[in-house]
Amino acid sequence: MLNLQSNQKEYISGSRLEHVLRAGRFAVTAELNPPDSSDPQKVYDAALVLSQVCDGINATDASGANCHMSSVAICALLTRAGYEPVMQVSCRDRNRIAIQGDVLGAAAMGVRNVLCLTGDDTSVGDQPQAKRVFDMDSIHLLYTIKTMRDKGRFLSGREISEPPRLFLGAASNPFVPPYDWRPLRLAKKIQAGANFIQTQFCFDLVRFQKFMAQVRDLGLDKKVFILVGVGPLRSERAAEFMRTKVPGVVIPDEIVERLRKTQNTKKQIEGKSICIEIIQQVKEIKGVSGVHVMAYRQEELVAEIIEEAGLLPRPRQPDVHNPDPFKRKRKWER
Amino acid sequence: MNPSRSIGSWLRDHPRLLERAYRITEWIFVRIGSWIERIGYKKVEPWIRPVEEWTKKIVFDCRMCGQCVLHATGMTCPMTCPKNLRNGPCGGVRENGHCEVIPDMRCIWVEAYERSLDMPFYGHEMSYLQPPVNRQLEGRSAWITLLSEEDRPMTTGWVDVSEINIRSR
Repeated sequence: MLNLQSNQKEYISGSRLEHVLRAGRFAVTAELNPPDSSDPQKVYDAALVLSQVCDGINATDASGANCHMSSVAICALLTRAGYEPVMQVSCRDRNRIAIQGDVLGAAAMGVRNVLCLTGDDTSVGDQPQAKRVFDMDSIHLLYTIKTMRDKGRFLSGREISEPPRLFLGAASNPFVPPYDWRPLRLAKKIQAGANFIQTQFCFDLVRFQKFMAQVRDLGLDKKVFILVGVGPLRSERAAEFMRTKVPGVVIPDEIVERLRKTQNTKKQIEGKSICIEIIQQVKEIKGVSGVHVMAYRQEELVAEIIEEAGLLPRPRQPDVHNPDPFKRKRKWER
Repeated sequence: MNPSRSIGSWLRDHPRLLERAYRITEWIFVRIGSWIERIGYKKVEPWIRPVEEWTKKIVFDCRMCGQCVLHATGMTCPMTCPKNLRNGPCGGVRENGHCEVIPDMRCIWVEAYERSLDMPFYGHEMSYLQPPVNRQLEGRSAWITLLSEEDRPMTTGWVDVSEINIRSR
């Protein structure tokens, strides 16, 4: 019993994702496509499938600057039903006051994982007329939440009586310039408080291997858990759309060509098998701790991909290390 | 083409020169800092601000954020980034190194990184963490806020970078 408690002290947040990663298991997270609806059932339906095959469900914060149900609300629904969300927070729509309040509220609802993002610009979304905020950047956001968690203070220095316990995540995009600086920027994010990293869609394995080699040289793979972003492509047209319209997505010509050569009826299956191949290849790279599956408008494929990539079964919930995930640490234990 | 703009872009592509100019300016201000303090920052600022704005506008396309970090960002103004990022490029940079928001413009962080490689004194400061922008200082003279130490992070929640240790996972 004593041993268990001392073990528990090591955990930053006690989230399921943290437990899986620290146990050295290959983690899987997946993105939930937020509904354009006020009906919570759509969130529950998607979560029911995803929760069986992954360790954390990412609730996106108006990704691509398109308006959807908010990430805080999705997290509220998910935690209410006992699922494990990863709340995405972007700096595009809210200033530092709103964000700190949201984070505190999310922690109160039982959110244990937060992914800190700068966010896509408003100009790529469905409402380019909107004002962009960008009061902070992702590194400021990480450091702010880390201060709230570790020091129990807001950015202003005002005290928080019960600090939030959160596992902090950040994004990384090794596939766009300046390539040589990307690992150093990752180091900055770790310095600012990142515990795990979810990368942009990985289609360019050669580039990713180079990035990981640099990351290992800097010793960063020992300081952070890296989850590689993967996802299926529906057709060569979808690939073309993604690499031209979605910011930061790079898809090599070989993959587009491979989809083009496939029969029309089999394109989706081919896209899925490309995704599975990439998962199996990144799994072998040293320093990779998991994958993050993003299947925009193809959610039904996520479970199949994870199963066929041989990543099932997922560690059972509730976790043996953490029989009571909602138990709060007392002040003297912290 | 606007001549002042072309002078600026030529200078920006010679970060070594700019770095030297920065060091000279810093040297001058450290010398005259105590005089300015004796006269009073508020009295001096109306005289210095136009000079600063004019020179920095030509050379850096300065946005007068009032808390200059140019030497730590490859002598490239981070406020010219459409997202006002102070700590490096976002993940939306295009494959050709252009900006996500303005496709015709090169990402200022790609440029900043290239320039920082040619800066022997301050190039390494690219990897420093920069605190969030203090929006209260917008429009103020950064030279004065530097001397009066108003540009230091006002909030106690933001600790100095040197205090941060990277914790092993």
